[in-house]
Amino acid sequence: MIPLYYYLILSSVIFSIGLVGFIIRRDLIVMLMCLELMFNAVNISFVAFSCYNGSLTGQVFTLFSIGVAASEAAIGLAIVLALFRNISAVHTDEITQLRG
Amino acid sequence: MEKYYILILLFPLAGFLFNILIGRFVSPKVVSWAGVLSILGSLVVALLAIAQVFSGKTIEYNIYTWILSDDLKISFGYLIDQLTAVMLIVVCFVGWLIHVYSVGYMHGDPGYPRYFAYLNLFVFSMLMLVMGNNLVQLYFGWEAVGLCSYFLIGFWYHKKTAADAGKKAFIVNRIGDFGFALGIFLLFISVYALNYTDVFPKIPGLQGQAVNILGWDVDLITLIALLLFCGAVGKSAQIPLYVWLPDAMEGPTPVSALIHAATMVTAGVFMVSRLNPIYNLSEVALAVVAIIGCVTSFFAATIGLVQRDMKRIIAYSTISQIGYMFLGCGVAAYGAGIFHLYTHGFFKALLFLCAGSVMHAMAGELDIYKMGGLKKKMPITYITFLIAALTISGIPGLSGFFSKDEILWFTYACGKPYGKFLWILGTITAALTAFYTFRILFVAFHGKFRGSEEQFKHVHESPPIMTIPLIVLAIGSILVGYFSVPHFLEPVVGEPVVTVPHEQERFVMIVSIIAGLTGIFIAWYMYISNPAFPERLTQRFSGIFKVLWNKYYVDELYSFLFVKPALWFADKFIEVFTDIKIIEGIVNGIPNLCYRVGSWVRQVQTGYLQQYAIYMIIGICIFILIILSM
Repeated sequence: MIPLYYYLILSSVIFSIGLVGFIIRRDLIVMLMCLELMFNAVNISFVAFSCYNGSLTGQVFTLFSIGVAASEAAIGLAIVLALFRNISAVHTDEITQLRG
Repeated sequence: MEKYYILILLFPLAGFLFNILIGRFVSPKVVSWAGVLSILGSLVVALLAIAQVFSGKTIEYNIYTWILSDDLKISFGYLIDQLTAVMLIVVCFVGWLIHVYSVGYMHGDPGYPRYFAYLNLFVFSMLMLVMGNNLVQLYFGWEAVGLCSYFLIGFWYHKKTAADAGKKAFIVNRIGDFGFALGIFLLFISVYALNYTDVFPKIPGLQGQAVNILGWDVDLITLIALLLFCGAVGKSAQIPLYVWLPDAMEGPTPVSALIHAATMVTAGVFMVSRLNPIYNLSEVALAVVAIIGCVTSFFAATIGLVQRDMKRIIAYSTISQIGYMFLGCGVAAYGAGIFHLYTHGFFKALLFLCAGSVMHAMAGELDIYKMGGLKKKMPITYITFLIAALTISGIPGLSGFFSKDEILWFTYACGKPYGKFLWILGTITAALTAFYTFRILFVAFHGKFRGSEEQFKHVHESPPIMTIPLIVLAIGSILVGYFSVPHFLEPVVGEPVVTVPHEQERFVMIVSIIAGLTGIFIAWYMYISNPAFPERLTQRFSGIFKVLWNKYYVDELYSFLFVKPALWFADKFIEVFTDIKIIEGIVNGIPNLCYRVGSWVRQVQTGYLQQYAIYMIIGICIFILIILSM
């Protein structure tokens, strides 16, 4: 039996990679991918806790989370696509039209 | 049964609501039916109530508590006693006839539903004023008639003169009402009651009390009475606040009839009579009422002598006649004052409606010197006008004679030092009244037509819907005097003091008849038998004529004393300081502040996605830290 904290360490490592990636990368597609990483890091800890506590709530939550992540990815990619068609850019430094 | 008398108030209110809300969506026929029937409904219920009063009952009924706040308890109810009964006859009956007449007169006006709505509201307000059983309801009605007069005088608001006249009426009334409100406040803090039946027994207890105003000790009752009278001066158009009434004829003519006869200007006389327990205890206040009434009466009559505008002459005659009523009240003959109010309601409404009929025929022309010879073309208007003129001149047998004679007799007999002087002035005024009324009659209806051929062809008798009210009012003017109002009112207002032997009543009566006949004779001499005479007279006394023609320059004086300084103050101070600095400062300052704060805060919004992500992460970290540290 692998102890709980292994999972948690894995989860936090993946989450941090996602977070740092989200902040430092300028490519929208990569940023979306980093978002997915963060989602899945959280999912891992959900499932781990679920096993640890012997309750199914965490797993059910994970299913929901995966569903939401799928739709988010669909919408996110659609936005990126629309953005690219309009201003031919996927680099966030070029997309600053909403500046105050 | 008693509670159903509220219907007297509710009918006109319902008529008002109907006409103002859905009047514009229905045909004018429905509007006129709603308007006329609502007043007819209250007339019918009022007659039932009056029948009760005649059988010796006083109806007092509280419907509910309107406002309750600690010591202050204001109920909503009504009191129908003899005094209210007389007022109800005038307001409902004359008001109803004016409504009927308006159906013909206002035919085809674009504001027809609005007109009837206001007319109904006007009658409602006046009924509230006369039926209320406490001072607050009196005040409510008092203000509401002022408001309605503003609506109706400025009915043709696209005409600048009409809009100005409406404003003038409202503002001048406001001055009087300010005093009236102060009077009610003072009365309330003195007796801690508002219902008439609670107030009156406490009034004698106030005798001898004094209030200190800027170091002067003023008798409390006198002060209350004079402050209340201040309101009456404004509402009933007496010196010095009469200036709004002559201008009030800018409104449609039936409105003038309503304001002058049934509603509005009679309110002051009613109020003084209603609150007679207060006035009876103050010699000074009574003297002021009598003197202001009598002087106004004379003053307005002299202006009426030379005016050329038919409605304006009749308006001055109203001021003069209301002065008579106050003269009656001022010598404690409230019954006589109300009697004159009651007869005046009929013949004054008749005079105005006749003037309206003439205007209708003359396409709005009002200058009597552009008329003449209308007698043959408008027989009904002529005859009814003649009856009204005879009535107002005090010809024996007609109603005006009885009431005017009562007032003059009680003035003569009141035993006050100024009594005889006021009587002489009143009698002269009676002669002047007869003169200027018959001047209209002789100039406008007799002789030759002075306008163009075209106009004369157009002159025609008005339709039956207008002439029938004239006939009814003419019959009323003849007959109503035979109902002895002063005797009927004795339970409410008491009996006036008579200090001279009763044999002299005959003498007073004969003098006033002679005065009336003299006035008529002079008018006949000047305008029928010797038409060149007035011209010579005018040239001879051109100075006096000019002063009278310009109405003693009172409007100019007020304009110089009050209007100009007020405008100057508004221009130089209100506009520059209050408007620009304070109000515009606040109005412009708030958006300016928002703009500045916004331009500072918006630097955060850079448009870089990553920066937002960092803000969010920092925010979440702070939250987590806070939660962990708790």
